[in-house]
Amino acid sequence: MNALFAADPLFNGDGLWGSIFVVVLLKVVIAFVVLLVSVMLYIWGMRKWIADMQNRTGPANAGPFGILQTLADGIKLFFKEQSIPSSADKPIFRLAPYLSILPAFLMFCVIPVGGKINVLGHETYLQVVDLPIGAMFILGCSGIAVYGVMLAGWSSGSKYPLLGSVRASAQMLSYEAAFGLGILSVLMRAGTMSTREIVNQQSWTNTDGILQNLSNFYVVPAALGFVIFIIAAIAETNHPPFDFVEAEQELVGGFVTEYSGIRFAIFFLAEFMNIITMSAVAVTLFLGGPNGPMFMPARFGQSGWVNGTVVPILWFVGKVLLLTFGTVWLRASVPRLRYDQLMAFGWKWLIELAVLWVLVTAGILVLGDRGWNPAAAGVLSFGIAGAAYGLLYLCMPKSGETVEEFR
Amino acid sequence: MLGAQLLVAENAFFYVIAAVMAYGAIRVVTTNNIVHAALYLVVVLAGGAAQYLLLGQEFVAWVQVIVYIGAVIVLFLFGIMLTRAPMKAEEKLTNDLRGAALIPTGLLAAILATLCLDAFSDKTVDLVSPIRTKAVTSAIFRGYLVPFEVVGVLLLGALIGAVVLARRD
Repeated sequence: MNALFAADPLFNGDGLWGSIFVVVLLKVVIAFVVLLVSVMLYIWGMRKWIADMQNRTGPANAGPFGILQTLADGIKLFFKEQSIPSSADKPIFRLAPYLSILPAFLMFCVIPVGGKINVLGHETYLQVVDLPIGAMFILGCSGIAVYGVMLAGWSSGSKYPLLGSVRASAQMLSYEAAFGLGILSVLMRAGTMSTREIVNQQSWTNTDGILQNLSNFYVVPAALGFVIFIIAAIAETNHPPFDFVEAEQELVGGFVTEYSGIRFAIFFLAEFMNIITMSAVAVTLFLGGPNGPMFMPARFGQSGWVNGTVVPILWFVGKVLLLTFGTVWLRASVPRLRYDQLMAFGWKWLIELAVLWVLVTAGILVLGDRGWNPAAAGVLSFGIAGAAYGLLYLCMPKSGETVEEFR
Repeated sequence: MLGAQLLVAENAFFYVIAAVMAYGAIRVVTTNNIVHAALYLVVVLAGGAAQYLLLGQEFVAWVQVIVYIGAVIVLFLFGIMLTRAPMKAEEKLTNDLRGAALIPTGLLAAILATLCLDAFSDKTVDLVSPIRTKAVTSAIFRGYLVPFEVVGVLLLGALIGAVVLARRD
């Protein structure tokens, strides 16, 4: 059984009892608390950043720079009365918020946050669990994330939430394929599904130059995969410009219309937690996770507490911050798409592009195994794939011919 | 015999999960609400995934989660909600054919049990070294490549058939 949790040195001994159990429990609790606090800070930061971009002050009264605003909102929502519509399916109505927050947290469990540490005399990774099949775990969690939205809308027992949730689940299902193919483009290069090993492959060597080190990160060889993954992840998390779940001018509040109090808060906690988790996944798969330049290795050494523990965590947090800032920027600047645009983009462009990229990656890798020059292999693969797509395009009806089918 | 078996953690978990799965399976057919039935089916499928994990089949377990829980049941629910989205329990879901249904159910259970016992009763599971994904994929793409491709073509045929049936223009 232990081998299922794989490479973590914590499980090298026998069993899960005693202090090992305490370490596992500690890691779970710390990850949960850190994630909750970071969601709190993210919401505050998002409101501040958007306020700056729109020439406003943003939250300013609760705590220094309004940093406690989210906490105040949370306390308010916690003590608010919760109402359940009489036509609601009560057990599922109560269950739905938790179903939407669970995958967001579970997905974070396989993210390597840093290197090894020593706790209670056990050496362990800074990661809740290092599954040998971590990438599939991420895919599975994003698959079950649909349930929260879908069941919330259905169990509310009124029309607008149902419409909102049907729309949202169609969106999440549509972008799931592109999401998986984006991850696949990294897995093909990495040859492993363990997130820890994927991160280790994107190592940073002090003696190499910055450009050479950066090209180790999968964002360079799998650049198009990164773009596809980011777009699909934004659509999966219902983030603007894909936030159709809560298109208020069309659907009142979407699937959360009938929710109030702490259940409503949990939905939004889940939404923002999803953004942070997806950023962390992108950092892990494409941006090298906790790898980065060391801080004065001559003075502090290569693996002391500075460069072995603190600096990797800082790199991880910094990269996640960069991506989450990107999402805020997107929220502030890009208007929501139209629903047919979303579907057309997902099915007619993104999935095709993702399949193309997977095929090209396979071509490059196979030709590379036979000793081809990577550039020549890339050009050849792109050429063949492009020719195939051109033929496909010639076979399709053009948009002018069948306008009514495009709705 | 059973007492000694239960001392192994995996065996104890097997019986617990099997009990939950059996309860879920019974509720799938006895509940009057079709969405509840789909959710009980999720319980059964998740239990199946957990059993695969207990057997050390991590890849199969997560494929079960991704394909069945993440896609098939979601599409069930999606279809239900797109068509009628019934909130209330429906009386006409239950009818008087319970006795008749018992016969095929019993037959199916007997056949499956016989087949499984015949094929796997002398097999033991190596709990120390689970089956890694690499082994599964090597088996598929080396030893069973042709069946794998045939299944792929079969699925493609089903897909095209669905499109043809759904669009009669």
